[in-house]
Amino acid sequence: MTYLFTGLFTLLIGYFIYFNGFLSSEVVNNPYNSRQDTFADRIIRGEIRSSDGEVLAETKTAEDGTEIRNYPYGNVFAHGVGYSTRGRTGIESLANFYLLTSNASFGEQITKEIREEKNIGDNVITTLNARLQQTAYEALGSRRGAVVVLEVETGRILAMVSKPDFDPNRINEDWDALNDEENSEKALYNRAFQGLYPPGSTFKMVTLLDYMRENPDYVNFHFQCGGQLTEGNYTISCYGKKVHGEENLQKAFAKSCNTAFSSIGLSLDEDTLKENCESLLFNRDLPLDLPYSKSSFSLKSGSTPAERMMTAIGQGETLVSPVHMAMLTSSIANDGIFMKPYVLERVESYTGDTVKVFHPAVSGRLMTLEEAGILEEYMKAVVTEGTGSRLADLGFPVAGKTGTAEYSSDKNKSHGWFTGYSVTGESDIAVTVIVEEAGSGSEYAVPIARAVFQTWGTLNEH
Amino acid sequence: MTNLIIELSKFAFIILIAIYTLLSFSVLKKKNQGEIRYGWKMQNLLLFFIHLLAYVVMYLQKEEIKLLIFYLFQLFLLQAVLVMTQVVYPKVNRLLLNNMCFFLAIGFIMLTRLSFDRAVRQFQIAAAALVLAMFIPFLIRRCTFLEKLTWLYGMAGLLLLTAVVVFGKSSYGAKLSLKIGSLALQPSEFVKVSFVFFAAARLAKSTAFRDVVLTTLTAAAHVAVLVLSKDLGGALLFFVTYLIMLYVASKKPLYFIGGLGAGCVAAYTGYQLFSHVRVRVMAWSDPFRFIDKEGYQITQSLFAIGTGSWFGMGLYQGTPNKIPVVEEDFIFSAIAEEFGGIFAICLILICVSSFMMFVNIAMQIKNDFYKYTALGLGTIYGFQVFLTIGGAVKFIPSTGITLPLVSSGGSSMVVTIAMFAIVQGMYLLKEDEDLRIEKERKQNAKARTGKARRSRKTKAEERS
Repeated sequence: MTYLFTGLFTLLIGYFIYFNGFLSSEVVNNPYNSRQDTFADRIIRGEIRSSDGEVLAETKTAEDGTEIRNYPYGNVFAHGVGYSTRGRTGIESLANFYLLTSNASFGEQITKEIREEKNIGDNVITTLNARLQQTAYEALGSRRGAVVVLEVETGRILAMVSKPDFDPNRINEDWDALNDEENSEKALYNRAFQGLYPPGSTFKMVTLLDYMRENPDYVNFHFQCGGQLTEGNYTISCYGKKVHGEENLQKAFAKSCNTAFSSIGLSLDEDTLKENCESLLFNRDLPLDLPYSKSSFSLKSGSTPAERMMTAIGQGETLVSPVHMAMLTSSIANDGIFMKPYVLERVESYTGDTVKVFHPAVSGRLMTLEEAGILEEYMKAVVTEGTGSRLADLGFPVAGKTGTAEYSSDKNKSHGWFTGYSVTGESDIAVTVIVEEAGSGSEYAVPIARAVFQTWGTLNEH
Repeated sequence: MTNLIIELSKFAFIILIAIYTLLSFSVLKKKNQGEIRYGWKMQNLLLFFIHLLAYVVMYLQKEEIKLLIFYLFQLFLLQAVLVMTQVVYPKVNRLLLNNMCFFLAIGFIMLTRLSFDRAVRQFQIAAAALVLAMFIPFLIRRCTFLEKLTWLYGMAGLLLLTAVVVFGKSSYGAKLSLKIGSLALQPSEFVKVSFVFFAAARLAKSTAFRDVVLTTLTAAAHVAVLVLSKDLGGALLFFVTYLIMLYVASKKPLYFIGGLGAGCVAAYTGYQLFSHVRVRVMAWSDPFRFIDKEGYQITQSLFAIGTGSWFGMGLYQGTPNKIPVVEEDFIFSAIAEEFGGIFAICLILICVSSFMMFVNIAMQIKNDFYKYTALGLGTIYGFQVFLTIGGAVKFIPSTGITLPLVSSGGSSMVVTIAMFAIVQGMYLLKEDEDLRIEKERKQNAKARTGKARRSRKTKAEERS
């Protein structure tokens, strides 16, 4: 009896210690914890820095004691770093607790307490690389869209750009305009994480994977492309009315042949396709710390041939976020293993002592090693002989897939996609680009990816 | 300067309570009467310092004179209880007495900080209850008929609980209180005592199968009525208490295992049947997903505990009022936030030491009725502490139960003080008994040596 209760209480105290020691820092850091606000009365908010040492956010105290949060890069990191004066978003929200906790020396803290001065909060070093971010930001230019760059092996988020953007330094002045219902820009919206787009031909990676799983003899696939395919009263044509002729599976993929893939779509089992999509995290929660939108896949058994054909080439009802696309791509690059993307690298006291280090974490396996290998081979072919040929002369091999997603009945309006990765074996990166209302992916998205790969190449030379 | 005092006071509180906790366990092992007395005195001194320091820290920040006046009232009450109890009952169990005052003081401090008006009300009720409780050990010694009132306890308890279901006013999804004039009573608190008395009296009388069935049915009726009024924490508390009393009285593990099995089935049915049970379990299993609604309370509690971390924020430095019903079900989180995790762990340990003392006393009593009563009350106390703290730290789903003597709540306060006094009364009975046995032994021994001497004498006389 006494033992029973002693056991219960021991467990209780044990759990309490475990909570305070291990779980609490994450709990406390929850943006809903309004207790964090009271910290600001005693602590000067720390800096947010890029992995290459650039200051992305800092607090400057004027002589009269008023504090101003300054973002030296202005619009470039707007969505990633976020803001902290009108509510909190981005890293400002994610790392709020760390920024408002001081790990300065005990003596210094006590001295400042006595003098009734504020202590200096810890600095947060992110995984974002200022050079890559700047490159992606400039390459996207005045277009709407998003770029996500992940480090394949670790899941570190190296860059995330979303446009239209805003200047976090002017968030208070611009607040009303940014939130104006009639403003179609929705600049506060982080398209890289929260934007949902039809995947277009990038979805052929998924269709291909499902086809291989359903047909072990996929190597024997061959198809005669006549430029269009009609089933019932629905016709799908290849992009630019091209006729690809005799094709095997790899060529159909590299040339992004709509006709071949919609015929594959007709042969697939809808339930298996849905299952495979869900195993690739469509309709699922993603392990992300920043707000994101769930990708959706809704094809089910009993759908019309037209729906099946469209779904197979990434039109249909399917929607995907750029960050999800980047995660899929980097899993292919990482032998099928899917790393949890993260943006906080470490926390340091303002004097540079390490407080906390964040480590890469495996989130699971999306496909087998063999499947990843075959996809890589096919995606390399996209660059060497297909729609991604603008990436062929970078000096290192790249694998990828382009996409052109029609989003309205006007066939001339489309979003351009590219998603791919470097294949050098050393700190490779996955790059996903979406350019809204532009045109084909190979024409508009690939050059942006190219600029990012180039910058990465020069960074790696040193 | 105030900032510095607040900072330093945090560490002072932790050191003081740590020594107090240590004494709660170490004094019991001491043999030397002088050392033991010194240990108990020391505990009172530590309590005095914690109490004083807390009010100094609060006054420095609020600069309200009413805080100091309130402090003096409390100081007087606590000192009066400590002194008077020892004068009237010299053999009183000091650990229970000290711990009761300790919890009261911590409760007064925390409630003052959370809501001054509630603290004053709490103080008034506690003062009245403490005065009445002075008579309880005396009454227990006198009223030898207590164990004969078996069915009276059972019927009174059931009647009271049923009254709540019929006339009760509901709060937070459960019907708990009964309004009589301006007083809101929580009958289930009072039924805790009558329930334990009922079970103890019945089990002391007989543990024959037929009787056990009858007793169990009545106990089950209590639990069922509590479930009907949706007081599931209370139902669980009564259930576990009865199970343990039954096991100790009958010494049949089969009853215990069977009871546990029935409990599991009942819990599952309850889960399927009541939406508010599912809500609590859901809020427990993944509070952050339902952070805006069902999980709000528990996440606020976790924020409080986590933000407080090991050393706490300091009095008035946290925001415990963000937790809904913080004064009652979640006072532990408020304490953990402002006094820190180490302080909170010490507080749990002091609760454990009180519970162990209850059980200890129960095991030493020879009279079955008193034994089972002490055990039952001890179990109620211990399990209640476990439920409320476990709920606050998300170790188990929250059950909406108060931390005895610390949480705000008049009925709970009165009943817990009474429970402590009843166990004190039984402890004193046992001391009387020990004394009588001791005396008898001495007399017997004297008689024996007298007889021996006498017989030697006669033999000598015979020889001469």
